[in-house]
Amino acid sequence: MARLHEYQGKQLLREAGLDTPKGRVVHSPDEVDEVVRETGLPVVVKAQAWTTSRAKQGAIAFADTAEEAREHVKRMLAMKIAGFDITDVLVEEKVDIAREFYAGVIIDDAKKTPLVIFSSIGGSGIEEIAQRNPKNVSRTPVDIRFGLPLYDARDAVRLTGVSGKLQGELGKVLVRLYSVARKWEARSAEINPLVLKGDGTLVACDSRITVDDYAVFRHPELNIEIAREFGRPPTELDRIAWAVEKDDYRGTFYFIEMARGYNRGEGYLGFHGAGGGGSMMSMDALVKRGYKIANFTDTSGNPPASKVYRAAKIILSQPNIDGYFGSGSGVASQEQFHSARGLVKAFWEENLSIPAVIRLGGNQEDRAVHILTEYTKDLPVPVEGYKKDDTADFCAERMHALIEDNKGRSGKREMPVPAAPEFDAKDPYTFDTPTGTIVYDHALCRDCKTKICIETCVPQILREENDVVVLNISRDEAKAGKCTECLACEVECRVGGNAGGRVILPVPGLDEYRQTAASNQE
Amino acid sequence: MSILVDETKKVIVQGITGREGMARTKLMQRYGTRVVAGCTPGKGGQEVLGVPVYDTIREAIEQSEGIDVSVIFVPAPLVKHAAMESIAAGIKLLVIVPDRVPIYDVLEIAATARDKGARFVGPNTLGLLSPGKAVFGMMGGSAASAKDWFLPGRVGVSSRSGGITSSIAYYLSRAGVGLSTIVHAGGDAIVGMDHPAIMEEFEADPETDAVVMFGEIGSSQEERVADLIETGKFTKPLVAYIGGKGAQSGTRFSHAGAIIEGGRGTHEGKVKRLREVGATVVDNFGDIPDAMKSLVRPMETAKIRIDK
Ligand code: SF4
Ligand code: SF4
Repeated sequence: MARLHEYQGKQLLREAGLDTPKGRVVHSPDEVDEVVRETGLPVVVKAQAWTTSRAKQGAIAFADTAEEAREHVKRMLAMKIAGFDITDVLVEEKVDIAREFYAGVIIDDAKKTPLVIFSSIGGSGIEEIAQRNPKNVSRTPVDIRFGLPLYDARDAVRLTGVSGKLQGELGKVLVRLYSVARKWEARSAEINPLVLKGDGTLVACDSRITVDDYAVFRHPELNIEIAREFGRPPTELDRIAWAVEKDDYRGTFYFIEMARGYNRGEGYLGFHGAGGGGSMMSMDALVKRGYKIANFTDTSGNPPASKVYRAAKIILSQPNIDGYFGSGSGVASQEQFHSARGLVKAFWEENLSIPAVIRLGGNQEDRAVHILTEYTKDLPVPVEGYKKDDTADFCAERMHALIEDNKGRSGKREMPVPAAPEFDAKDPYTFDTPTGTIVYDHALCRDCKTKICIETCVPQILREENDVVVLNISRDEAKAGKCTECLACEVECRVGGNAGGRVILPVPGLDEYRQTAASNQE
Repeated sequence: MSILVDETKKVIVQGITGREGMARTKLMQRYGTRVVAGCTPGKGGQEVLGVPVYDTIREAIEQSEGIDVSVIFVPAPLVKHAAMESIAAGIKLLVIVPDRVPIYDVLEIAATARDKGARFVGPNTLGLLSPGKAVFGMMGGSAASAKDWFLPGRVGVSSRSGGITSSIAYYLSRAGVGLSTIVHAGGDAIVGMDHPAIMEEFEADPETDAVVMFGEIGSSQEERVADLIETGKFTKPLVAYIGGKGAQSGTRFSHAGAIIEGGRGTHEGKVKRLREVGATVVDNFGDIPDAMKSLVRPMETAKIRIDK
């Protein structure tokens, strides 16, 4: 997660020489006594969650005794905030507050520079402070190549009406905060409140640091599990999806679960977009039509069919979605039949029982829509495909019509477990692909009249030998990427050949996930 | 005329020997772009698609007697170095195609570009295209599609989403509204030439009569375009659509640019601000062509098909 917890952010501030309250994060009430021995009493107990209103939700509490602190820790560890379990609780000395300030670094998209924001009033959100007390807030752009000099920092403080020795001390805090933001490539780094204690020292009582997702690869020591901003810890399905994306750099695959705990018939849709802007517009069309988005998914940047397939399988692991909606910008540069093949394989395996509307406009759209709709004719529900001259609004309308038609069907959707059925080949010929395995059952291939896999294989790496199909390159070459996982040797084979080809593309963790989801549904 | 892009400009492709660089060089050449050189350190002396490859940008400039534009296709972690090299060598326009370029790298590029009077489109951009003239980047996916989809005329397009750039341009062309220049400003939070910078270019272009802008939630770009209109710095008819109405605050979709931070850059705020200053903001994406037609006299220009 590119957003750091308070305690992680404070660690980075300490490393840069800033003071934070004495304390530590605990994971059980048993650890509290030890912490309290170090900090003394009273303490403040803070659930670690990415929300702005922790105090209101009872996620911050004060304790005068260790007993009380233990109680709070116990209570918070049982809490859910925004649907997510609290696993870390910070126990810290309670700081005596003489005065509060705000210090932050953000990126100014207009000036294209880091911007240091300082306010001589702290506590509440900076937007609120700036609105009510504009004179108490200063904004100082930083030249990224030279950093923040102390004189600029002091002037930033001076502009808010602070003078004397305190001005210099606050200036130093800003310099250090900027160095933290720069070092860890933070999109934003805030200390709020920055507290002046009775003894005249300054401590960072809360911190919010968000690291640039694209820079996470340069900072392995942060142990960021998923370099994406969720505003919450990842769900199990988020993790499964991230594992797919992490190891496969061909095209982009992005998945986040946006809703949980809903039922069939409540209008939640599995959403599969392509490209950020087109996805957003397509979701807008659904929202306008009264639907809700169960997940946001984007496969774009010319992803292989295998990636689109895995995305579809993960989307379809949400048991209570009412429909499957796929739509990007409508005029995609990528060749769309790859996506169509990925979807078809997934829909077959699921024996899809919720309607699907997919807009495949762009390069090779005719072929893409043909594959999508003709190959899925035998499924229990309609799958409709649209092209660049069909608008997202029109597709949302079609989605609605199909869902209405489908209302009579039973409430529960069968999700196959295992997610991909076994393939029992009598006379198997196998080789590895970059992310999976291909099996040809030569017993079936022998009776195949068309050998259609050979002509439809996009990179043309197959040939016929003794009436069966084999690789025309070495196995190593296929695994290294010559096989582009275009899925022709399964999808085209099943429709135009003798169903002897199978591409096995595992999604680690998905079977277990489905098992649990199914038992929860009982 | 067109803004920033035309068939006379001499282009170098950084990363020309890579898979993407090669494929997109072919697209650009076939569309009519004057690709005169490529650069891949360590691979100087080769030829790719008839284009000479050099080890350094300065060498390429010497041998080509000047270069106007660099189109960059190197992996994201190497983009900063590549861009700095071009800027230092004196190239004034960069098109940075890759996505996932770290923000602080973009800030460094921006600071250096500012000093040297250079500008850049992107990162995370399909590039820019002037129908019938040239394309810098990869808009259209292939030259054949680009010729088929985008027709010449007098309306400019500026968009923060790649796919949407193509679809707006396609729908306008199909509706008979021809295009002067199509610019994908880039999908990231920090981009070189943003909507306001592009609007200033369109304002100065005598062959652009009106502009379509696709905005998104997050950042202050659309608000700053409203400021330009208010202060009389952008005076041409503007049709805008703002995507992301359904997005929840704080959720970052795959567009890093489309994040709402602390209540800034909301959908409502942008729509309201643009309407206040007299821009036409449509609620349905599909209404863009009609809205444009009602603002400018129906143009016949788009009827001229480009020879494939
Ligand atoms: S099309 Fe299928 S059955 Fe026919 S040869 Fe190819 S893999 Fe075997
Ligand atoms: S072997 Fe060929 S047809 Fe089969 S998945 Fe690989 S590239 Fe596609």
